[in-house]
Amino acid sequence: MTNAPSSTEKRHTQQQPWLLTLWTILVYAFLYLPIATLIFISFNDSAILSLPFKGFTINWYEMAFGDRSLRLSLWNSLQVAAMATLLATGFGLLAAFAIYRYQFFGKTSFRIALNLPILLPGVVTGVAMLAYFSSLGLELSLWTVILGHAVFGLPVALGPILTRLSQFPRSLEEAAYDLGAKPAQVFRGVIFPYIRSAIVSGALLAFTLSFDEVVVTIFLTGRDNTLPMEIWGRLRTDITPEIAAVATLVLIASTGIVLLSQWVVGRDEG
Amino acid sequence: MRDGSVVYLEGVSKIYPTAAGEIFAARDVTIDVQPGEFYSLLGSSGSGKTTTLRLIGGFEIPEYGRVWIGGEEVTEQPPYRRNVHTVFQSYALFPHLTVAENIAYPLRIAKTNRAEVAERVEESLRMFQLKGMGDRRPSQLSGGQQQRVALARALISRPKVLLLDEPLSALDAKIREEVRQELRDLQKQTNLTFIYVTHDQEEALALSDRIAVMHNGQVQQIGTPKQIYDRPTSLFVAQFIGKANFLKGTVLEANGETAAVEVSGTKIWAASPGRSPTIGDAVTLMVRPERLCLSETAKTAKADNQLSGKVASVTYVGQLVELKVETPIGLLTVTQLSSTADLSPEQSLSWNANECILLPD
Repeated sequence: MTNAPSSTEKRHTQQQPWLLTLWTILVYAFLYLPIATLIFISFNDSAILSLPFKGFTINWYEMAFGDRSLRLSLWNSLQVAAMATLLATGFGLLAAFAIYRYQFFGKTSFRIALNLPILLPGVVTGVAMLAYFSSLGLELSLWTVILGHAVFGLPVALGPILTRLSQFPRSLEEAAYDLGAKPAQVFRGVIFPYIRSAIVSGALLAFTLSFDEVVVTIFLTGRDNTLPMEIWGRLRTDITPEIAAVATLVLIASTGIVLLSQWVVGRDEG
Repeated sequence: MRDGSVVYLEGVSKIYPTAAGEIFAARDVTIDVQPGEFYSLLGSSGSGKTTTLRLIGGFEIPEYGRVWIGGEEVTEQPPYRRNVHTVFQSYALFPHLTVAENIAYPLRIAKTNRAEVAERVEESLRMFQLKGMGDRRPSQLSGGQQQRVALARALISRPKVLLLDEPLSALDAKIREEVRQELRDLQKQTNLTFIYVTHDQEEALALSDRIAVMHNGQVQQIGTPKQIYDRPTSLFVAQFIGKANFLKGTVLEANGETAAVEVSGTKIWAASPGRSPTIGDAVTLMVRPERLCLSETAKTAKADNQLSGKVASVTYVGQLVELKVETPIGLLTVTQLSSTADLSPEQSLSWNANECILLPD
């Protein structure tokens, strides 16, 4: 006895979706061709920021690494992003706990208010904070930029933490109390390990957003430039492929961080 | 407090405010649990059995009444200050810890020294047939194994009382009976007090030393499984536990704890344990199907009650047969051991007064 069907002619039941394939290719091309062009130009042996391709060089990368003001602005950006991420994640964690744990008057409004900074246009947030800081008499500096970034970083960090917390089985917490753990021990030993991946992923997202933010930064920056501001400033005066090289490096770093955050979440929840 | 009780609830009430007003999740619950007892809280969902367990565990603070554990009042103490541990319905094993780390958790919290922790965890793994599984994650275990981890974790720091919240409900029917026996053996071996919440009457009857039947947040009856089954004190308990025939009637004569009741023109003798009924009262009689005796000729031996009957239907349930018998007082259900002999349709039904319980309406 064999398992072969008695009819020998096999019918093709899978349609070939060539139209869908073509459409998919077009969508991806639309999304990623500009980025591909940028990477291409950063290796182009030509002094202007355009095609055609005249030859391969890593000259622009060498220039970028040797550029003191670029290095300084990169350092500023890293500091700003780190501080803003710390503030955003810390307050995001507290807010997530308040929403998860307590019923209070105006809870829905509270949640909307927290999310407003990412819904509002950056210009509005920027102007509003500028007006607020100047009415307080605060001088613009990297600190005002940090506060600005923390404001829109908070909802970004809050999102994944709250999602993860809402999946936290209350019985785990009760079991820990039941077995003798005090509130601080319950948080450290049971709740925190459960939401750790969400905290890391939220923080990494907040970091990347802060790292390449321009609009809010324009309003809040003082003498010191962040990296995106430096790039923006140069584009208006001397446009060289050195900018393309810097942009490519930023792209690689951002993509790496996003992939890292996805990996962290996937590892714990998978 | 009541002397000698390991857990004593005194008139405890738990109230939840809702839009429609206050709801009593537990109302005036008084129970005393003796050391070494297997004590069940039995009821359907919403009966207050889980709320009562949570009041003992310290997850809820009662609005009224007081809670004692081991002679010490703990009414407002948090769970971590109570010497009771809970086995949760979902087991609540910590997913980020291994089996051994889960079991060691209470000892680690209590800052027990490492060597002793390792030794006791090893002993516990052996006792619960989890040897070699210490390094696994809870998610890699079967339901039955997870349940044993939950038990091991709850018992490792040797609490006075173990609270179990429907611990068998997540298991397959097949292994449930096996685990049930293991639980009973464990309780006997350790001589610990178990307080066991279940909605499964068979489970409660098979396991318990005593059962508190709960309904609508209130305790309906407390007693041994035999008392609950044979001597229910209310219509609710009689209907909730097992199968029974219920007959409505009026009290004709009362003689201490025995009474004659008129049911559809027939005089039936019944027992009224613990109280003397008043003549003229409307009552319900309960008689279990297996306590009714069928015979083909009227019995010469004296039974308190005797009726002629006609078999209306026969249902085989394997070992048992369930018969519906038409009698002057209505259709009665009778169960008896199945046999190969054919039943003649004309039968005589008899039972004694003490098999027939009088319940006030």
